[in-house]
Amino acid sequence: MRLAAAAVFLAAALLTGVLVGPVDLGALTVVHATFAHVLGLHSPLSGADDAILWQLRLPRVILGALVGGTLAAAGAAYQGVFRNPLADPYLLGAAAGAGLGATLVAAYAPGSGLSGDLLPLSAFAGAGVAVVAAYVLGRSAGAAAGPAALILAGVTVASFFTALQIFVQQQHVDTVQQVYSWLLGRLSTAGWREVAIIAPYAVASWLILLGHRRLLDVLAVGDDEAAALGVNVARVRLLVVVAATIATAAAVAVAGLIAFVGIIVPHTIRLLIGGSYRLLLPLSIVVGAGFLVFADVIARTVMSPAELPIGVVTAFFGAPFFAVILRTSRRAA
Amino acid sequence: MTALALESLSVTLGGARVVDGLAATVEPGEWVALIGPNGAGKTTALRAVAGLVGYDGEVSIFGDDAGRLSRRQRARALALVPQVPLLPRDVSVREYVLLGRTPYLTYFGSERRVDHEAVDEALDHLDLVALQHRRLETLSGGERQRATLARALAQDAPILLLDEPTAALDVGRQQQVLELVDSLRSQRGLTVLSTMHDLTLAGQYADRLLLLDRGRLVAAGSAREVLTRPLISEHYGAEVALVETETGFVVVPVRGTIANGA
Repeated sequence: MRLAAAAVFLAAALLTGVLVGPVDLGALTVVHATFAHVLGLHSPLSGADDAILWQLRLPRVILGALVGGTLAAAGAAYQGVFRNPLADPYLLGAAAGAGLGATLVAAYAPGSGLSGDLLPLSAFAGAGVAVVAAYVLGRSAGAAAGPAALILAGVTVASFFTALQIFVQQQHVDTVQQVYSWLLGRLSTAGWREVAIIAPYAVASWLILLGHRRLLDVLAVGDDEAAALGVNVARVRLLVVVAATIATAAAVAVAGLIAFVGIIVPHTIRLLIGGSYRLLLPLSIVVGAGFLVFADVIARTVMSPAELPIGVVTAFFGAPFFAVILRTSRRAA
Repeated sequence: MTALALESLSVTLGGARVVDGLAATVEPGEWVALIGPNGAGKTTALRAVAGLVGYDGEVSIFGDDAGRLSRRQRARALALVPQVPLLPRDVSVREYVLLGRTPYLTYFGSERRVDHEAVDEALDHLDLVALQHRRLETLSGGERQRATLARALAQDAPILLLDEPTAALDVGRQQQVLELVDSLRSQRGLTVLSTMHDLTLAGQYADRLLLLDRGRLVAAGSAREVLTRPLISEHYGAEVALVETETGFVVVPVRGTIANGA
């Protein structure tokens, strides 16, 4: 039931996403043309309109859904595995590492530019290096130190990588604008390339995280009790963190840093429906996907033809919305 | 067959020997209480039996060396109720009790009908059927304790490990919880090993007491054998009086050195 409602929300978001734009395509035609493409049939749209749909709007909407679903699921998983409501997908330094990777490319390989192949790869590698460093550092404090040691290690690694990033940026002041527009997050696509980069990581991590949804519920009772229930806590935590982090790194690589989705979506679902990960994880993926597609529609229409960074939209509309949810749910409880 | 056998069980934490050469047995259906002053190693001994801290020596569960059992096998034999259970937020009582079925599920598996039936039975036993859809944080302290016990029951383990089951409960709730444990023990044939703070309750409910002091077993036996004024004075540094009642006796602290008990 709730999954069905969330699916309707996502479908509405996807349809709005492909319909809103300077050229009017028509709802039924769009759906028809999309299925025609998927099934390899003849598209009802003219050549130019068909290109707008298939090369511009559809890849962007799909990218938004993949990034949104990934960030929301990763956020929910991190909050569960660290038993910390403030955990977000960037907790273990993924953002700082990706920022450094992107800045290095912008500073030392300016020719390849933001649309180049190098920046996403470099950001992905930076995020991966940062999280591995945080994990190794956190584990070296010993298993007994638990999740708190990992979070501290993440903070340490993030500040170090941020310092490096600012240093490189100061040496190359001309890259500041380029780097910042990337840091604020954006969904821009060149055909299906970005979708192809993130899709395998997103889908694989969704499957792994969904497979762990019952075990995330077990972790919620604490490391000791989970171990007394026969669960290998360290292994579950490692697998979930790896799955969530790889997907986050892929999302950061194609869309920059999009704030707040990983926190607001899971917490809204927790407050409205409940905290069990059996429902929370699938709902986070579906609702997160829809939320980011809607945010992108706003980002590209309010100041059209200019675009607002999508991270600004998610925080600007997300924060007040979440404040309302927080207040009403408290009254109901 | 002996339910639990501990042989020269020792635990070292941060260089300190917290449990030192503990040897004890618990027979099936028996309720044995670990008592002793603060820092005596009661909880650490219990955690070692549950496999949560490393130890030297041997723990056997129904004749099997616990060190050779897998995590899940051990969890099917022993259910642990910690002193202060960490209750997840925004989770219903039923979802919480369902977690007790974890040792019977494969890594990616989900619960089957038999698991839901075990949960129904545990909820019924602890009178939680009406509360099963409430969120844990809306329950009272006594109801939460029952929810944690229900989770342990759903685990379907023959041995129940209780760490201070009555901590933070008022005198009425303390009695209710211990009566409940006792009736579950007889109905389901459970074996109970618990740590107990309150000597009177320990004496009234447990079949045998093990008195620990600084990690060592210093006395073992029935309440009458262990709860004596010299032993309590020596190991707790307390002056007490032992007052006879119709159903047993109670341990009361008395001020000063003028103890005039039974």
